Amino acid sequence: MSQPFRRVDGGRVDRGRTVTFQFDGTAYEAHPGDTLSSALLANGVRIVARGPYTGRPRGVYGIAAEEPNAFVQVDSGPGEPMVRATTLEVYDGLVARSLAGKGELRAEPDDSRYDKTWAHCDVLVVGAGPAGLAAAHAAAVTGARVILADERPSPGGDLLGGRAHLDGRPAMDWVADTHARLAALPEVRVLTRTTVTGFYDGNFLVAVQRRTEHLGLAAPAHVARQRLWHIRAGRVVLATGAHERPILFPDNDRPGIMLAAAAAGYAWRYGVLPGRRAVVAGAHDGALWAAVELVDAGVELAAVLDVRSLPEGQVHRALRDRGVVVSAGHGVVGTDADASGVLSAVWIARTDGEARRIPCDLLATSGGWNPAVHLYSQAGGRPVWSLDHAAFVPGDPVPSVWCVGAAAGTFDLADALAEGGEAGWQAAAATGEEPLPPATDSVSGTGAPAACWLTGPVDERADSVFVDLQRDATLRDVRRAVGAGMVSSEHVKRFTTAGTAADQGRTTGVTTVGILAGLLGLPVGAVGTTTYRPPYTPISFGLLAGRDRGRLLDPERRTPMHERHEAAGAVFEDVGQWKRPWYYPRPGEDLHRAVERECRAARESVAMMDVSTLGKIELRGPDVGEFLDRVYTNRFSTLRVGQCRYGVMCLADGMLFDDGVTARIAPDHYHLTTTTGNAAKVLDWLEEWLQTEWPSLRVSATSVTDQWAAVALVGPGSREVLSRLAPALDVSAAAFPFLTVRDATVAGIPARVFRISFTGELSYEINVPAWYGLALWDAVAAAGVTPYGTETMHVLRAEKGFIVAGQDTDGTVTPHDAGLGWAVSTAKHFIGQRSLTRTDTARADRKRLVGLLPADPLVVLAEGAQLVVDADAPTPVPMLGHVTSSYHSAALGRSFALALVAGGLTHRGETFYAVDSGRAHPVVVTDPVFYDAEGARRDG
Amino acid sequence: MTHPDFLWADPSPKRGYDVVVIGAGGHGLATAYYLARNHGITNVAVLERGWLAGGNMARNTTIIRSNYLWDASAAIYEHSLKLWEGLSEELDYDILFSQRGVLNLAHSLPDVREGVRRVNANRLNGVDAEWLTPAEVKKLVPIINTSQELRYPVLGATFQPRAGIAKHDYVAWAFARAAHRLGVHLIQNCEVTGFLRDGDRVTGVETSRGTIEAARVALCAAGHTSVLAASLGFRLPLASHPLQALVSELLEQVLDTVVMSNAIHVYVSQAHKGELVMGAGVDAYNGYGQRGSFHVIESQMAAAVELFPIFARAHVLRTWAGIVDVSPDASPVLGLTPVEDVFVNCGWGTGGFKATPGAGWVYADTIAHGRPHPLAAPFALDRFTTGALVDEHGAAAVAH
Amino acid sequence: MLSVPCPWCGPRDETEFRYGGQAHVAYPDDPATLSDAEWAEYLFMHDNPKGWFAERWFHTAGCRRWFDVVRHTVTYAFEAPR
Repeated sequence: MSQPFRRVDGGRVDRGRTVTFQFDGTAYEAHPGDTLSSALLANGVRIVARGPYTGRPRGVYGIAAEEPNAFVQVDSGPGEPMVRATTLEVYDGLVARSLAGKGELRAEPDDSRYDKTWAHCDVLVVGAGPAGLAAAHAAAVTGARVILADERPSPGGDLLGGRAHLDGRPAMDWVADTHARLAALPEVRVLTRTTVTGFYDGNFLVAVQRRTEHLGLAAPAHVARQRLWHIRAGRVVLATGAHERPILFPDNDRPGIMLAAAAAGYAWRYGVLPGRRAVVAGAHDGALWAAVELVDAGVELAAVLDVRSLPEGQVHRALRDRGVVVSAGHGVVGTDADASGVLSAVWIARTDGEARRIPCDLLATSGGWNPAVHLYSQAGGRPVWSLDHAAFVPGDPVPSVWCVGAAAGTFDLADALAEGGEAGWQAAAATGEEPLPPATDSVSGTGAPAACWLTGPVDERADSVFVDLQRDATLRDVRRAVGAGMVSSEHVKRFTTAGTAADQGRTTGVTTVGILAGLLGLPVGAVGTTTYRPPYTPISFGLLAGRDRGRLLDPERRTPMHERHEAAGAVFEDVGQWKRPWYYPRPGEDLHRAVERECRAARESVAMMDVSTLGKIELRGPDVGEFLDRVYTNRFSTLRVGQCRYGVMCLADGMLFDDGVTARIAPDHYHLTTTTGNAAKVLDWLEEWLQTEWPSLRVSATSVTDQWAAVALVGPGSREVLSRLAPALDVSAAAFPFLTVRDATVAGIPARVFRISFTGELSYEINVPAWYGLALWDAVAAAGVTPYGTETMHVLRAEKGFIVAGQDTDGTVTPHDAGLGWAVSTAKHFIGQRSLTRTDTARADRKRLVGLLPADPLVVLAEGAQLVVDADAPTPVPMLGHVTSSYHSAALGRSFALALVAGGLTHRGETFYAVDSGRAHPVVVTDPVFYDAEGARRDG
Repeated sequence: MTHPDFLWADPSPKRGYDVVVIGAGGHGLATAYYLARNHGITNVAVLERGWLAGGNMARNTTIIRSNYLWDASAAIYEHSLKLWEGLSEELDYDILFSQRGVLNLAHSLPDVREGVRRVNANRLNGVDAEWLTPAEVKKLVPIINTSQELRYPVLGATFQPRAGIAKHDYVAWAFARAAHRLGVHLIQNCEVTGFLRDGDRVTGVETSRGTIEAARVALCAAGHTSVLAASLGFRLPLASHPLQALVSELLEQVLDTVVMSNAIHVYVSQAHKGELVMGAGVDAYNGYGQRGSFHVIESQMAAAVELFPIFARAHVLRTWAGIVDVSPDASPVLGLTPVEDVFVNCGWGTGGFKATPGAGWVYADTIAHGRPHPLAAPFALDRFTTGALVDEHGAAAVAH
Repeated sequence: MLSVPCPWCGPRDETEFRYGGQAHVAYPDDPATLSDAEWAEYLFMHDNPKGWFAERWFHTAGCRRWFDVVRHTVTYAFEAPR
């Protein structure tokens, strides 16, 4: 028979439609509106999980986010591990299976779409139960921007499927009306299936919206499966409800044992009988009212136990009207199971009394309610123990945060509605007449809840009293922790692992604290809870990544000429966020052959490189020269208009930071270049000093990196090519000398041409407005010029002993160490200067830049090889330094390298060993300039 | 896991001790243990403002390695790793030390250069290290995406086979138990609020549980060391920052190596029980709040899913933060202070856990003899004056 | 995600800013006259209080201006702008 535990009517499921799903390989039917847990209960499936270490069977225990047992592996659709069956909406074709506390990651990538969005609001209300709805409504009618978020498919909270009345009508009518009124307001957003998972600083809250999961296999692929909301809220109302907690006893883990309100909820919200014959055991009025709900739903009540002994109240009369007598002062002392491990009977007793066995298939237990203080705690609030509530409730208020309803320990419906409305009104900073809450038919309380954690012979049976079902942690473990000397709930949590599983101990965390307090002889409040940390419920990695995947992981920066590089077959190198051509292999060429050809073109004829990625900063103002004198180690105020100079920058600690060529375009206008990777850092650095230390200097700095495209035209043939491209420009060495800059028209494009060289060859860097970059590249290429990439650039510059900041230096290298002492002025002050005279920084035997020639000219040393005197020495082998740059040189016809070596050129001519992966190559220390040491080629 | 029946006692403080260690984190507990074991100094109290080992020791991602670039760093971390290798036996407690190897991925040519440089330096320093090609990385950890189409593809990796993980809580409890057995007092809920002074010397501490005299005082309070130093009248070159970490739910085993990618801020291992343990980058601002900003977690997850596509369906179960005390050169400060009889061990930044036994050993020796242990000498406070930094930050750019 | 009160742009998400550490660490007038120890104080020895902290932020993705705020390093609350 299909769905044997489905009630004849009732519940918020669509009985007109049937869906089919599979669980543990068996097909079942359910109705839209069911969760997997209600569908399993409807079909009489009692075993939904196993204990991870004990292997004991476990059943559905709760009805919402508190569920400790029913975590399943979903195999249909995109698939997901460790999904809570109590919140998983059943769909046609759902395939799921039970787990033992541990999920599986499916091998194929998840190609579901995950989105992120950002929102601001005046008031965020978390939870759309009665208190939250009242709060949202009171805030919204003032015109405030309100977001109301709730994790369930529709608002209502605990009113869903319940039998309460508001204003004389079924409460769900009021819920529907309120929802409709909110939805109609332009400044209100109601987010359902949306769990607020984290409360961060500055009222920044994060929420997970499940957009298509309930549609199952019919979910449209173009809609994001989930969306991550980032909400900056002016004020926050937390109407997050409460979590029911059990009472623990020996063998409290059997399928068939569940929380009492959850059991009643299944009967009324889903129209499912959680069992046919039940024992209800509680420590507060709510458990007794759950018994009323169960019996009205058609469950036979075999016994109703209350650990308290109270005078008769309204709930007792309600039960007696239904033929049920409450056994006062009674608790559960044990349970029996059938052959499959499912509950078959409950043993009950009065304290110290004789136990009585009651056959049943449901044990509904409730030790009380724990307000869901998670977000309040994350916001900085400290829950305090309340004797009246027998629970931790919000303590001191957190500024601009209100806790209302069950989350504040206000369980009475009328009070919760009033509290919610009041908070919403205040949060909206409203004045005037507050809207009245709806009238309720609330029942009167009978007695205060008892703080009851355990019943039965728990000391004798401590290893069968489970304090954490998902971790199989028991009372015995807690006792052992205390016996080992532990006095902190944090230690006990770590020792026992209780509270660390996927349910985060939502049902039994406070219970564990209560037990610990008993063992230590301390008040519960003195022990305190462990810290509640985000997220409230788990968030998938895929959602957190959102769209920042693939190429969108980080922006990709391309120069205007990028498509030409691609067309030319360039292999690219990542330099910061830039894509730079590394080399341009022709058919059949590898890196080595391509670079050799490119190098020859540059040294022997003419070659070109896209240097648009170099950082470019425009500095303007009357004090730029003075400013640059302070920033660079060398002097720039003396630079004449039209001239360029190479400069070196240090951080305050004296270590080389960046280098580049700066030109003076006009008396109050300089054009500064930086290395590709440091452009943003240098601009920040300049602005920091200008704004925070030297605001009196009249200088403005603007990044123009993206505004200029640039081509380096390099080689003995470059002058001839430039003269053809720029016929009006006098390119003679006399008219356009080294280290000068000229405005010109190049290939019909307005250009700024620098005569500078990073290769030692005659060369020009032609800068044009970025949108002409492609045209310039094409024009130069049309002149028969060979393009080259960063690898060739490195070979050429290294042959000349030119360093690359960040490769031949590493944050521990001064300009002197890098062989740039010539660029360090002693006649003026600059940033970092003072650091250079510190005792260690001034040492003569610091690591300094040298050249290396491998004894074997065919051996190209590994960059990163370490230099030693004796490669066979026992470890630790003293190291003198390391290889920073190493290449084969076409011009030299051999390999060569740059290195940092302690003592630097004092070792000139000495032989060391460069060690890489255990192989040692003899190398001779040389001057770092290998090619054209006299600088004859620079002028062509 | 079966723990011993008894771990440590919860005594009230005595009137005075030979050494008072401030901070019962991993370093404080290890220091107390080695003071007693190596130097016979057992009249020691370790004062803890909260619960024992509840600070960074309870919050780190448990990675242990010694493949640091500079000689001084490699020496102290390798000393530590050698102690780790015998620690379960030494302390008679299974700390779940697992030498499953640590990979540091390279994603750019500069990363490759740096990695090769570090591997060679490690080997010459006697630290096990290998350079792996992308294919070798894939063979070792099949779930890593080594496609060269990635935004920042894997170009290789350094690998230290002897590196790995241990269970942080058990390490702390093992040291606590061993120290307790040797007579050390572990005093929880005892916050140091001030110092007793006699001229230039410190003679004890004021605490939330009364005055405690001390012949020597050892600061061992990680992120809070600056606060203690300030009340002693000197400053330390530290900034305390939030450092976040997270775990997933329990998952069937998919990863048996520790993988770190400094360039894109991922480090991950899968713990014994099955949860993925991951660390994020340091939050930018100074903070003692033991919480960080959410965007840090988001960018870390983006990088993680890119490198490990199989992780997309895993869930973040819990996030938290520690307070890391970061020094300008990302190396510790270990040794004497301007105040007589006060010693300092701080500035471990993101590297403190792996140093636990080594730092404790070296610090105990320094306290016992009143002079820096040879392995501590390079980490003296005066390096910030002379400029002799041990710059693991600028040079190697590998943290954690 | 702190909400950083930029005095020019109003409160903005932390991701728009660069953190600048302790405020009011003035660059010495004449570094050359300082001892190594005094120079080290300037370079490295900065306050690291647990509590209110005068610090700098740089609105990199906004107005690109440096400004000082006072923030509490435990609650992360910013002092109300004066």
